Amino acid sequence: MIAELGLAALWLAAALSALQLLGGVLAQRKEASEIARLVRPAAIMQGVLAGFAFLMLLWLFYVTDLSVKLVATNSHSAKPLVFKLAGAWGNHEGSMLLWVTVMALAGGLIALVERRLPEKTMLATLSAQAFVGLGFYAFLLLSSNPFERLPQPALEGIGLNPLLQDIGLAFHPPTLYFGYVGLSVAFSFAVGALLTRQVNPNFARAMRPWVLGAWIFLTLGITAGSYWAYYELGWGGWWFWDPVENASLMPWLAATALLHSVGVLAARDALRTWTIMLGVIAFSMSMLGTFLVRSGILTSVHAFAVDPERGSFILVLLLLYIGGSLLLFALRANTVSEGERFSVTSREGALVFNNVMLSALLGIVLLGTLYPLLTEAFDVRVSVGPPYFNPVGAIFTIPMLLIMAVGPLLRWRGDSFARIKNSVAIVAAIMLAVLALVLILGSYGLLPVLGLAVAAGLAVGSFLPLRGRNLMRAPLSLWGMVIAHFGIAVALFGMASETAFSEEKLAAVPVGESAQVGPWNVNLEQVAPVAGPNWTAIQGRLAASYDGGDPVILTPESRNFWAPPQETTESTLATRWNGQLYAVIGNQAADGRWQLRLWWKPFVTFIWYGGILIALGGLLALIGRLRTDLKRRYVKSRQADRAKEAAAL
Amino acid sequence: MTSLKVWIPLAIFLLFCGVAAYQLTQPKDEFVESTMVGKPVPDFELRPALAELPGVSIADLKDGKPKLLNIWASWCVPCIAEAPHLDVLKRQGVEIVGVAIRDRPEDVARFLNQYGNPYTKIGADDLSEIQLSIGSSGVPETFVVDGNGIIRHQHLGDVRAEHVPVLLQKLAEAGAGA
Repeated sequence: MIAELGLAALWLAAALSALQLLGGVLAQRKEASEIARLVRPAAIMQGVLAGFAFLMLLWLFYVTDLSVKLVATNSHSAKPLVFKLAGAWGNHEGSMLLWVTVMALAGGLIALVERRLPEKTMLATLSAQAFVGLGFYAFLLLSSNPFERLPQPALEGIGLNPLLQDIGLAFHPPTLYFGYVGLSVAFSFAVGALLTRQVNPNFARAMRPWVLGAWIFLTLGITAGSYWAYYELGWGGWWFWDPVENASLMPWLAATALLHSVGVLAARDALRTWTIMLGVIAFSMSMLGTFLVRSGILTSVHAFAVDPERGSFILVLLLLYIGGSLLLFALRANTVSEGERFSVTSREGALVFNNVMLSALLGIVLLGTLYPLLTEAFDVRVSVGPPYFNPVGAIFTIPMLLIMAVGPLLRWRGDSFARIKNSVAIVAAIMLAVLALVLILGSYGLLPVLGLAVAAGLAVGSFLPLRGRNLMRAPLSLWGMVIAHFGIAVALFGMASETAFSEEKLAAVPVGESAQVGPWNVNLEQVAPVAGPNWTAIQGRLAASYDGGDPVILTPESRNFWAPPQETTESTLATRWNGQLYAVIGNQAADGRWQLRLWWKPFVTFIWYGGILIALGGLLALIGRLRTDLKRRYVKSRQADRAKEAAAL
Repeated sequence: MTSLKVWIPLAIFLLFCGVAAYQLTQPKDEFVESTMVGKPVPDFELRPALAELPGVSIADLKDGKPKLLNIWASWCVPCIAEAPHLDVLKRQGVEIVGVAIRDRPEDVARFLNQYGNPYTKIGADDLSEIQLSIGSSGVPETFVVDGNGIIRHQHLGDVRAEHVPVLLQKLAEAGAGA
């Protein structure tokens, strides 16, 4: 009964979505249409129904209803509750339902609260949102029904893969989905504005919280994903330029660019078509990422849920959404009037530079990711990796970070370099000092050395916009920017430090003896077999002491799974404030010694601290913007009331 | 923006869709097939991997009878999984020649004691030389070799129950062709 209720709610939501699309389209005609009045209520109701359907799915997983196919194949009565619930979205059907639900809730929310835009633009936006939603409803209802019953209830569920019973992994996909859905809202705003040619600061202000929200979630998703790959895969790296990673990075790059250009549009009414274009691109990148990951079209270390049929479905959705919006853009872009002008040395100028660099980065990541796909069509197999991404990416990243360190000091519209030359001199001096210091310390690669210098300058530069301000009175959004920019410096410092100063030791060690890596002395105390539910492992017991201090006990494992047969390494970490020791145990050599792989990675944790700071900055900015919006709305309604009172008198 | 420039994103996107659609229709080969399939096994001679059974040489593969050449090792876990299915093949009259990779005679003996011996001959390939020369990249792998020493089929990974009829079929084809 519960499953049928969920399915019924889903069909109703889809029907309302169709009504919302139709109403929004009809509202664009000259004569007023009755159906247009139904659009907002339809969007709200659609959100309620989709939310209800998702709750029903959660309930089915909560009670482990084994007559439902999805529950039987993805859950188990003996599983811990949190993983039972996470099982609801830890699979293709459930994750699609989650996506649709979040999207419908977002649509309902805009319909409920957004009053700044002209009604026609608003209805066009909701209509675009319904158009995107309908594709997903079709996907769910026609080919991936999460509520499908089994002819005979199963006796017990097959369970979630034990490898995936990881709390980080349970919440990684929803985080990214929130990001993607936020971008879908931005996309709908862009399409709505294009349809009605209403591209103005109000449009930007309506769009901005969604872009910010999406950007925060994407930042967290990438940060968490990077850390997961770092400790789980046992390769000691934190970024592999793997297609799946790139698929999450590309929407982030586009969203970052969009975040900055939408700010220019909101403040100065400039960069109109460019902002629209980025709104389309940002969502396109998240759809493209979903397509690449789910279709299995690219070979990746973590391609999952691979199914060519699903791939074809998503490709059709891609064609409709992206192809359609790009066509609309091509038809309409020339009719959107150009916004305000500005001089090169101005806040806008710096932000345009940032946008161009981010777009170039996006371009090279996109090219590198898709290049193997392109050459494979001609039967040439290539793999594109760090030797391409790192140097080519740096060409754009370093100038962008340099401008970022001082750009926020510039005034809007027009400014002179002379006014900020003192600040520029401070930042430049710090960079040069660090550069000199690192060059004296030793010889490291060019990129990490530049990275360290730029990180130092940027760390200081990011706080300069607060100089001379009353810190208590500085707007929250300014603090948000400062903290996010500082987070970039922190993350960059972690990356550069890890690359420059990491020490690696591959040693064959007999039990009872030690290996040295950096300041660490690691003693292999014993090696013992341990058994798990579907694996056996050998577990090493390491006593690691930093610089002669008290030893920390580490227990790295090398696991052998037998169904499917697979060998995995469980790395272990010893974290200090100034870095991490990373230990992996390998096979036993013929003479009884054990392979130990040890890394000392100074300040590697700063990469993820930086990521968290960036997201925190975004959160502060979001709260600040929402507060301003609410204040503005309150003032407006007061004005309207007063006007009414005055008229009544 | 000038009027032509705004069409560029759409053009790039459509190009991508074309390539992606083409790629989706292509079968995905996840395994790297040996390029030696259809070619003769190169000359080789391997000493016995354990005292009781003879070693393997190229002459054994050219005696006019199609057989299976099984690349395995006592230290390989999936090889344990495929042992009962190799036994089924043996009982159906298939001759299986083994090549033990980087192994020790006592380990080989212990493995065969524990999981049964489907082999008529086992050669010791201590440096994986033969393995590499016939284009095998891992253990276990099973090759169908016809009576003239020509590789007819390569099976990657452990032999499971559903692969037994396939291998029998391939052997029958190799016998007819030789």
